[in-house]
Amino acid sequence: MEEKIDYIKLASNKPKGKRPYFHDDPAVERVLNITMAVAGELAVMRERMDSIERLLEKKGVVTREDIETFVPETKEQEEQRQTWHAEYIGRVLRIVQQEQEELENPDKSLEEIANDINEM
Amino acid sequence: MSVRNLPPVYNKIAQHAVFPEMNHDERARYNFLANLNKHLAHVSTGNKVAFENRVEPKFEKEHGRKIASTEELKQAISKDAHYQVWSSLRRSTMEMRQQAGRSIVLRQAAELRDKVKALNEGKDSLILDESVKVPPYLLACDNHIMPGSYHTELIEDDVTPAANYDTGLFVTTAGLLGRYSDGGGKAIVSWVRKTYPDFNPKRILDIGCGMGHNVLPIAKAFPNAEVIGIDTGAPMLRYANARAVDLGITNVKFMQMDAAKTTFEDESFDWVQSTMFFHETGGKSIYKIMDEVYRVLKPGGLTLHIEQPQYTDDMSLFEKFIRDWDALYNNEPYWSKMHDIEPVDLMKSSGFREEDFMQIGAKAENDLDDGSQKADEPEDHGRSPIWNVFGAIKN
Ligand SMILES: C[S@@+](CC[C@H](N)C(=O)[O-])C[C@H]1O[C@@H](n2cnc3c(N)ncnc32)[C@H](O)[C@@H]1O
Repeated sequence: MEEKIDYIKLASNKPKGKRPYFHDDPAVERVLNITMAVAGELAVMRERMDSIERLLEKKGVVTREDIETFVPETKEQEEQRQTWHAEYIGRVLRIVQQEQEELENPDKSLEEIANDINEM
Repeated sequence: MSVRNLPPVYNKIAQHAVFPEMNHDERARYNFLANLNKHLAHVSTGNKVAFENRVEPKFEKEHGRKIASTEELKQAISKDAHYQVWSSLRRSTMEMRQQAGRSIVLRQAAELRDKVKALNEGKDSLILDESVKVPPYLLACDNHIMPGSYHTELIEDDVTPAANYDTGLFVTTAGLLGRYSDGGGKAIVSWVRKTYPDFNPKRILDIGCGMGHNVLPIAKAFPNAEVIGIDTGAPMLRYANARAVDLGITNVKFMQMDAAKTTFEDESFDWVQSTMFFHETGGKSIYKIMDEVYRVLKPGGLTLHIEQPQYTDDMSLFEKFIRDWDALYNNEPYWSKMHDIEPVDLMKSSGFREEDFMQIGAKAENDLDDGSQKADEPEDHGRSPIWNVFGAIKN
């Protein structure tokens, strides 16, 4: 078994069991999911900014100018930033990945599974 | 003060040695999702209005009669715009919760495995058995859309399914089960203590124990009892044992076993417990499991099962439908089918007597409730910490 796993891809895996679509056009579902994921990330950023601002206020160490002009200073910092973007995109475009997984490996509907399970 | 109940901030969750490391943004992501869950419980109240004001009148106009079954209701409501957007948002929120949990635990899969291993090293309280098969109903689909379910191992000796479960329960239930998500186990202990003050069990079995969070309060309350939790998912058991070791509970063992065919002797337990277990089994297995419960229970022994609220005769079709939403759309397929079984009939079929059958309501004991939670919040069907408990004394 692999020790190193592609956690970004795996984290967005689809669960087994066909995905339900509630809107008449599946495209609406797709866009809604992407939008909600972005909304979530914005909320995350909002909370992070809140932490930073409160800490800065408390300690009075960093100016806005420092923040505006900051660029990554080491290879490690660069990688951390890019990994964050990769994770972020994996999260936001999860439904597209899952639809591809479904294409590659089609599932039974939950109604069928419920009937199957009733026999197990 | 908000007019709404706000979920507790994520950092209130209890820590233990095998709890995954979480960074600032991961906690923030969970805060967002807990709030989104709360919000959607409010959006859900619009379904009843849409049903009564639009869906039902339209159906009656078209068919000249009332909606006669939950199936008909499902067909009719699935065209309603409010129901569509609520359903879509709810499904999406649950998918995001899984994504968030998995991205936390999978990035540290090896570290978590090693921490668990170190705590389990040399302990005889964890007994795994590779020959135990995952029941077919757990392989048919991933319950509550948790990719890989309880058993999948992405690395050797993986514990991530349990670690993911552990981090996320607090989010899905908006913290209503308490810091350790053990409000169900605590509630059952209180009820047993009050109802049977002289009950002094020597041996207790918890079937489908998962990561063990609800069996620990029982083990703690009866320190002289030998407590055994069984499950078919090895990742759950590894994590459960390490968690119990770290929390200093020493009278509990975790064994890999199928509840439908355990290796325990006849009449060897004073108490057989399950929590949120039966609705994740199957139509034939449920009877086999109850037969096992009867077989391993001593005469005079107690068995209790915490489950989802039952359907009642006075429940409207709409109520039944909305309570069953999770069955189809949160991958809990057996949840709806189980409603066709009366718990008393299930128990009688295994040998329990009707006059010994009992059914009670239970509410989670929540150590985070500071009194600010208002009672008139809309119920989040399928997530509320209000349960049906059924059971019997074996005679
Ligand atoms: C929803 S979890 C409940 C966990 C825990 N009791 C709780 O309080 O939340 C259901 C658990 O039952 C286990 N399970 C399902 N069928 C089983 C069987 N036949 N024998 C043993 N465990 C089983 C699953 O692996 C899973 O961990």
